[in-house]
Amino acid sequence: MHLAYPAVLAALLFCTGIYGVLARRNAILVLMSVELMLNAVNLNLVAFDVWLRDTLHAGQALTLFTITIAAAEIGLGLAIVLLVYRNRGSSDIDRLTALADPAGPGTGGPADPGAGADQDEPGATAGDEKAEATA
Amino acid sequence: MNPGIALAATAHHPGFLSPTGVEITFVLVGLATLGAALLTVTTRQLVHAALWLVVALGGLAVEYLLLTAEFIAWVQVLIYVGSVVVLLLFGLMLTRAPIGRSPDADSGNRWVALGVAGAAAVTLVWVVVDAFRATWINLHGAVQGTSRATGTSLFRHWVLPFEALSVLLLAALVGAIVLSRRDDGGRGSE
Repeated sequence: MHLAYPAVLAALLFCTGIYGVLARRNAILVLMSVELMLNAVNLNLVAFDVWLRDTLHAGQALTLFTITIAAAEIGLGLAIVLLVYRNRGSSDIDRLTALADPAGPGTGGPADPGAGADQDEPGATAGDEKAEATA
Repeated sequence: MNPGIALAATAHHPGFLSPTGVEITFVLVGLATLGAALLTVTTRQLVHAALWLVVALGGLAVEYLLLTAEFIAWVQVLIYVGSVVVLLLFGLMLTRAPIGRSPDADSGNRWVALGVAGAAAVTLVWVVVDAFRATWINLHGAVQGTSRATGTSLFRHWVLPFEALSVLLLAALVGAIVLSRRDDGGRGSE
């Protein structure tokens, strides 16, 4: 088999994942795109392992490790997304601006800093409540 | 003598225009996988995105089988299709994702994202094709990815990373439980 086939497929899948991470608004869809990128890397690892005929089987062992880390990552990521949804009532990453810099005076219109301040206030109080609850 | 030389030449340098059955299957399954991945990142129905992700990950499992990595293929089916997608679907439902079409699934910077992804795709494909234009995987002979070979190397050369990964999985499990636990003591929030 030509080595370019799996390599090109992995590159295209990785770029599909890049588009999904950058363009999606729902946090869970972003996690799905991250999974696509990890799978593209796995395909590369397996293809190069088979091509090199590695005696240590390093590519396949690393593929198993990547799959495990991806499973751990998706579990923690979903727990964090559910926690954010419970505290803020939304899992849209565009609206989670509690830690964002306020829009500069030259870049944003007059509506943007006001909206940022409105977003900041409940976020700060929710964070305080959470801190008190855990304490 | 002439056919022998020709046979040796074709064995060492397979032609571009004489694809084998494995290559044809790989390309067809690859096209299906890529199409499912594109639908995953572009569809406006959130649950459908998870279901298209199943198709993409299953297609990748078939590609692993075609590359003779059978153990990786079944691990892919078990972990990704079996558990990760189920977790994603549970996450979609617990965050009360809309079932129908949601017009705001894509954020405002999708054209910038399209530009970045397109530029990365062109660059990567160009580099990869230029680098591996004359490289072939030899799928004949001893199978590289049998379960026996994978298990032997995993438990002979990779034991320490394997055990470290089990500790990492335990830490992730504990972390997910701690994160998603509701605090009932003190002032209950809900």
